[in-house]
Amino acid sequence: MELLAFGKTGWGDELLIATLMTIAVSITAMLIGFLFALIFTPLKLSKNKFLNIVGNSYTTVIRGVPELLVIYLFFFGGSGAVMYVASIFGYNEYIEINAFITGSCAIGIISGAYSTEVFRGAIQSIDKGQFEASKVLGIKKNIQFYKVVLPQMLRLAIPNLSNVWQITLKDTSLISVTGLVEIMRQSYIAAGSTRDPLFFYSFAAVLYLLLTYFSMKLINRLEVKYSRGY
Amino acid sequence: MDFELMINSFPKLLNATFITLKLLSASLFFGLFIGLLFAVLRLNKNPIINKFAYGYSYVFRGTPLLVQIFIIYFGLGQIEYLRSTILWVILKEPYWCAIIAFALNTGAYTSEILRSAFQTIKPGFIEAGKSLGISNKIIFYKIQIPIAIRQSLPAYGNEIILMLKGTSLASTVTLMDLTGVAKYIISTTFKPIEVFIVAGSIYLFMTFLIHNLIKFLEKKYSY
Repeated sequence: MELLAFGKTGWGDELLIATLMTIAVSITAMLIGFLFALIFTPLKLSKNKFLNIVGNSYTTVIRGVPELLVIYLFFFGGSGAVMYVASIFGYNEYIEINAFITGSCAIGIISGAYSTEVFRGAIQSIDKGQFEASKVLGIKKNIQFYKVVLPQMLRLAIPNLSNVWQITLKDTSLISVTGLVEIMRQSYIAAGSTRDPLFFYSFAAVLYLLLTYFSMKLINRLEVKYSRGY
Repeated sequence: MDFELMINSFPKLLNATFITLKLLSASLFFGLFIGLLFAVLRLNKNPIINKFAYGYSYVFRGTPLLVQIFIIYFGLGQIEYLRSTILWVILKEPYWCAIIAFALNTGAYTSEILRSAFQTIKPGFIEAGKSLGISNKIIFYKIQIPIAIRQSLPAYGNEIILMLKGTSLASTVTLMDLTGVAKYIISTTFKPIEVFIVAGSIYLFMTFLIHNLIKFLEKKYSY
């Protein structure tokens, strides 16, 4: 137990900060994922063949390639890509992007592919009559989206989004390969310096279990909220 | 775009694909047995056995695969007693540690898939078997299992693809699988995009094959 003490003697405070880091990365990645879903869900549902292909290839490629490979792409290619863009604008200094941004973007793109699929499924399962009815009532397109489609979609999407959240949360453990100090990385460091990997990795597992357990509790509440009236 | 690098790295990556496939098939093979065992335990009426099986699948589905590999590869070696047993021959090999972690992980997911498949079997099938005087054991093997397998094929197909992606984590315990070799080439040449395209296409091709195989099986065993 003294291994988990706070302060200089134990790893308690470091692990607590690392847990907060994991939560921060997961939430950022999830939000970036929503941003991607916002762009790609309409593409997947569009009637234009070309846009359709763009949307489909995003979800197929990301869901078919290992997360670790995507992370390596961002880790090794991220600053290069940014520097290339910057050089177009005449900035030629070396740019280093921090691990938090690279990691969140990599996990965000992965999470976005799953979110896109969830939103697509949710929108497609809304009854056609709903769209027709709002058209007949003369409701404008954007109001139709906010007041008719979105509330119904959220109810259908939340159970599946909770799965995406779980996947995202677990995927953040992979960012540890880029050196971002989250739960996995901190356990790795602690295990290395105390020579007690069994304890620290098991403790990391417990932390992840707690995170999934409590986030599930929270999401269940949301689910109840959005399914009122059904 | 460095096409020369892409062409040069292709054979190396293809070679590494065999290790990925070996890891995948071994972990799926053991994982299926573990999954079947725990699915049956989940359906057991004894609450202790039931809870135990539930706890197993909860823990393995609630924690990242990376933690599981690290516990088995780095953690178990720490137990002095284990080092003296015959088990150590297996546990000191990263290859087997990865397979054990993958098998336990996919076993947890498979047990959930099979459990829900067993639960959706119409009671009429089992009752019909009973009224024909077929023994419980044969009902299980000849009626419940085939139906459950058919029911769980689509979900299991997804699980195979998830596991294929999961094998990439073997590279974190020094195994040179497809992702491991890809990372090695990236870190020596600093050409991440080219290598990503080649390695990614190999993964996508495998996903495509698995997807179609499952579709074919679904058609074959549909009733």
